[in-house]
Amino acid sequence: MSTFRTTKGGRVDRAHPLQFTFDGKAYVGFAGDTLASALLANGVHLMGRSFKYHRPRGIVGAGSEEPNALITVIRDAARRTPNLRATQIELYDGLVAESQNRWPSLQFDAGAVAGWLSPLLPAGFYNKTFMWPRAAWHALYEPNIRAAAGLGIAPSLPDPDHYAQRFAHCDVLVVGSGPAGLAAAKTAAASGARVILCDEQPAFGGSLLDDRNATVNGQAASAWMADTLAALAKNPRVRLLSRTTAFGYFPHNLIGLSERITDHLAELPSGMPRERLWQVRAREVVIAAGAIERPLVFPGNDRPGVLLASAARTYANRYGVLVGRRAVLVTGCDAGYEAALDLMAGGAHIELIADVRPPGYVAGPAEKAARAAGLRVEQQSTVLGTQGTLRVSGVKIASVDASGQISRGRSYDCDVVLMSGGYTPSVHLHSQSRGKLVFDDSLGAFIPGKPAEHSHSAGAANGVQGLTALLRDGATAGANAAAAAGFTASAIMHTGVALDGTMAGVPGVLSQPTVLPPAKAFVDFQNDVTTRDLALAQREGFESVEHIKRYTTTGMATDQGKTSNLNALAFIAEQSNRRIPEVGLTTFRMPYTPTTFGIFAGHARGDLFDPVRKTPSHDWTVARGGVFEDVGMWKRTRYFPQAGEDMKAAMDRECRAVRHAVGMFDASTLGKIEVVGKDAATFLNRFYINNWSTLGVGRSRYGILLRDDGFVYDDGVIARLAEDRFHVTTTTGGAARVFAMMEDYLQTEWTELSVWITSTTEQWSVVAVQGPRSREVLQTLVSDLDISAEAMPHMSVANGTIAGAPMMLFRVSFSGELGFEVNVPARHGTAVWEAIYNAGKPFGIAPYGTEAMHVLRAEKGYIIVGQDTDGTMTPDDAAVAWAIGKTKPDFIGKRALERPAMKRLDRKQLVGLLTVDPQTVLEEGAQVVATAGQTVPMTMIGHITSSYYSAALKRSIALGVVAGGRALVGQTLYVPMPGRDIAVVVTSPVFYDPKGERING
Amino acid sequence: MLIIHCPYCGDRPELEFSHGGQAQVVRPADPSKATDAEWTQFLYLRKNTRGLFAERWRHLRGCGRFFNAIRDTTTDQFVVTYRAGEQPPAIGSGGAL
Repeated sequence: MSTFRTTKGGRVDRAHPLQFTFDGKAYVGFAGDTLASALLANGVHLMGRSFKYHRPRGIVGAGSEEPNALITVIRDAARRTPNLRATQIELYDGLVAESQNRWPSLQFDAGAVAGWLSPLLPAGFYNKTFMWPRAAWHALYEPNIRAAAGLGIAPSLPDPDHYAQRFAHCDVLVVGSGPAGLAAAKTAAASGARVILCDEQPAFGGSLLDDRNATVNGQAASAWMADTLAALAKNPRVRLLSRTTAFGYFPHNLIGLSERITDHLAELPSGMPRERLWQVRAREVVIAAGAIERPLVFPGNDRPGVLLASAARTYANRYGVLVGRRAVLVTGCDAGYEAALDLMAGGAHIELIADVRPPGYVAGPAEKAARAAGLRVEQQSTVLGTQGTLRVSGVKIASVDASGQISRGRSYDCDVVLMSGGYTPSVHLHSQSRGKLVFDDSLGAFIPGKPAEHSHSAGAANGVQGLTALLRDGATAGANAAAAAGFTASAIMHTGVALDGTMAGVPGVLSQPTVLPPAKAFVDFQNDVTTRDLALAQREGFESVEHIKRYTTTGMATDQGKTSNLNALAFIAEQSNRRIPEVGLTTFRMPYTPTTFGIFAGHARGDLFDPVRKTPSHDWTVARGGVFEDVGMWKRTRYFPQAGEDMKAAMDRECRAVRHAVGMFDASTLGKIEVVGKDAATFLNRFYINNWSTLGVGRSRYGILLRDDGFVYDDGVIARLAEDRFHVTTTTGGAARVFAMMEDYLQTEWTELSVWITSTTEQWSVVAVQGPRSREVLQTLVSDLDISAEAMPHMSVANGTIAGAPMMLFRVSFSGELGFEVNVPARHGTAVWEAIYNAGKPFGIAPYGTEAMHVLRAEKGYIIVGQDTDGTMTPDDAAVAWAIGKTKPDFIGKRALERPAMKRLDRKQLVGLLTVDPQTVLEEGAQVVATAGQTVPMTMIGHITSSYYSAALKRSIALGVVAGGRALVGQTLYVPMPGRDIAVVVTSPVFYDPKGERING
Repeated sequence: MLIIHCPYCGDRPELEFSHGGQAQVVRPADPSKATDAEWTQFLYLRKNTRGLFAERWRHLRGCGRFFNAIRDTTTDQFVVTYRAGEQPPAIGSGGAL
């Protein structure tokens, strides 16, 4: 069927063939394949085009480190997932995959012209070239650059899948299930600790899955692995999570895990989340994340068919796939030789092994085995280039003599080049947790130093080599972790036998006859960064590795430099005559591999994005076609349109009803706080600017709250219900922060005060009944309380009964008309709302919404804190200084009001602004200037805070703040808008009933 | 996400808390006697400590109480938390109590 599949071996199920397509062409793979292994089995290496130059690219790796083979998997129009690594896409029957960043096709990509232009596209090219004109960056340059250089395309439809989130706690979290991770989990579990073992791959086992001959305690490694996992699975204190990436290490041992649940299934099971976010709080963490082989840097090292030796082993041993029939191995690392032996065992011909290490190294066990097997080895080699177009067809190998002289070289025909530059321990999680890294000279790589959190690096991630040593290191880390978590643990030791090729390598760039060879030698495949780019950055003065990273983009993007970082560092070090640890490392960023946004959103989307708070009139309003707006989490009614009405018509009608008859408004969203205790009045005296000592029981007052910086923070009516009991109301949005501020002062500043505060916002339902006929409406419903003007004057409070519900009635007005606010326990809210509506019908009652409420209060010049104030306004600026209790020794904000800056005459002050043309309605937020005809930048002296059309006044009105505005009453100012300056006259902010007579009915 | 030890409730996740800024900023008993410079100092000027920092937290979504903590701003590790009104324990070099 396929030409590169071995007849036996590997962990694929040859009895279960799977159909799939890649760029529209049909192929067959096996259950257990990845997309990468299945394509390789079909002889396909070309899987993508590079980011910048659109060069043909093939597979480099076999796991999450893959930089090149980024693929889009398409299930349907909405399920189109870009930028997946072919090496991690599990094959399922019917899988549809497409390559990216090519047009019109992967084989012929018009964008490859970028490669011919590459001398014009060095590092920093975009920053240098597209400087001018500035406006063209957003409109022209950036969109075109992004279209040409790019990754896959995200779907435009909403994500139909759902994502789950879980918190978990454990004693020991083990990340990685290779020999070290398994040994750690086994030891920790044996101590009785609660253990979570996670691995990013579908199967547990890590590097053991890639080894043909390894044994543990005399047993085949695969059998030992199966036994160990079966025992762990049976232990109720152990949780095994495969397909689960530990993507981030957060403070205090919180680890983020991303579990992929359905992406590998041909049929999506209904009800299952696609992925799950685990937030694991672990007492101790064992990081057994393994090590990643490095590519070698030589001219033409990005040609499809040039790949990591370790990947070739994985494909041969795990998937039964030969990456080629005729291989050249270029290695700077003993372990690389193992790939040659494995390929030979699978039936491939090994043309040559070119060892690039400098003379004097000690041959390791894998090299000895290769020589014993009769493989041809050329020492002190280098690579001068590769041949082939869409697939490598040859490689030019030269020798380096003792003086550094490089021979002319010789070409070898091949269909695959394996490269091994040595291994880089995966220190990402350790480094994310702010653990120190130290450079290990013998390994030529960074290894974990002192941890910053409760973590233990183990195995290859810890720089350890050799199967027995890996098992020992893992068991020791598992025992240490369990002991640190409070368990009595002893490391369970194993003896492993494997070829044990050593991991040390030669980071950096292979020797070339000239420092910079004519053909590109890639350091970072994913970002198309070459040795030239790194050299250029240094020539241009970039010395810090963090700067070089950003200038050249090396080590950025989705693979975060997993294969490239150390080579880049080594090259920079060599160029600047420094040692690698002197160059330093760039910061390891989370996530380790890209995660979906879905796991972070979880169920918090659509209706579940935020809690919804509804008022008692909500359902009644929905049934009548009311229009809502969001105010914080509240749904408030904006207006109640009748048949044929638009918003303006509805607002105008609602306003007229309040001015001429009666309206009703659901004010339940107002914040309410009950302040109780023998020192309640003293507390409020210190807290609000007003004097509360003089407020009698059964009376209320408009209160203003400042912060200690003297600026208006909140406002609301406060009633005294008893000597020691106050009912405080706040703005809808300010309830929580006013409550928190009260707690702060009571708990930490005025601890001597005997005061309790309780939020009662949701206990009281409030209906504002406003208008000249409001008393008449309520009189039909209230029989046990005299609400006449004499018995209940403005700003009084009394208890009674309404429609069978206990009532606290406020005589209060936010409309300027005679008005009441009916407070009833929330459970009676809906019934009382309906009772008032029905009782009000004969009087012409109209329910009104926030739009009408805003107009009504603006006609009276009543401010809304947060709309007409902005956190820099004093009571005097907001024209409410009259509320200050002048005789009080102190209140919050009092001292700040004495600062010179707070008393300047040119502070922005609240004024009314009337357009000369009464039909022009200003835009809120528009600026105010002193003279017409100014050019940008104008001298702005204020801005509009509230602006409406007033049906009562038959003209527009606006509130605004203007520097020294109160002294400008009567003068004409201007509001510049596109194409015209709108003339406005400064007035008092009270437009309607300036004497305030209507409030008395 | 930090784990914070509420002195009243025990260890809880950071989600339950709100940060309250620098600790031991005392509001003058009689602000009218404070000079403009002193008042400005009280209102606006706070330490930006690298290392051990005394700060306030409130167990907002728990017991609601304010308390004080000493946290290393370079590592986010808490050295100790203690109740409001209590004196901070003496911190030796290297954060040892």
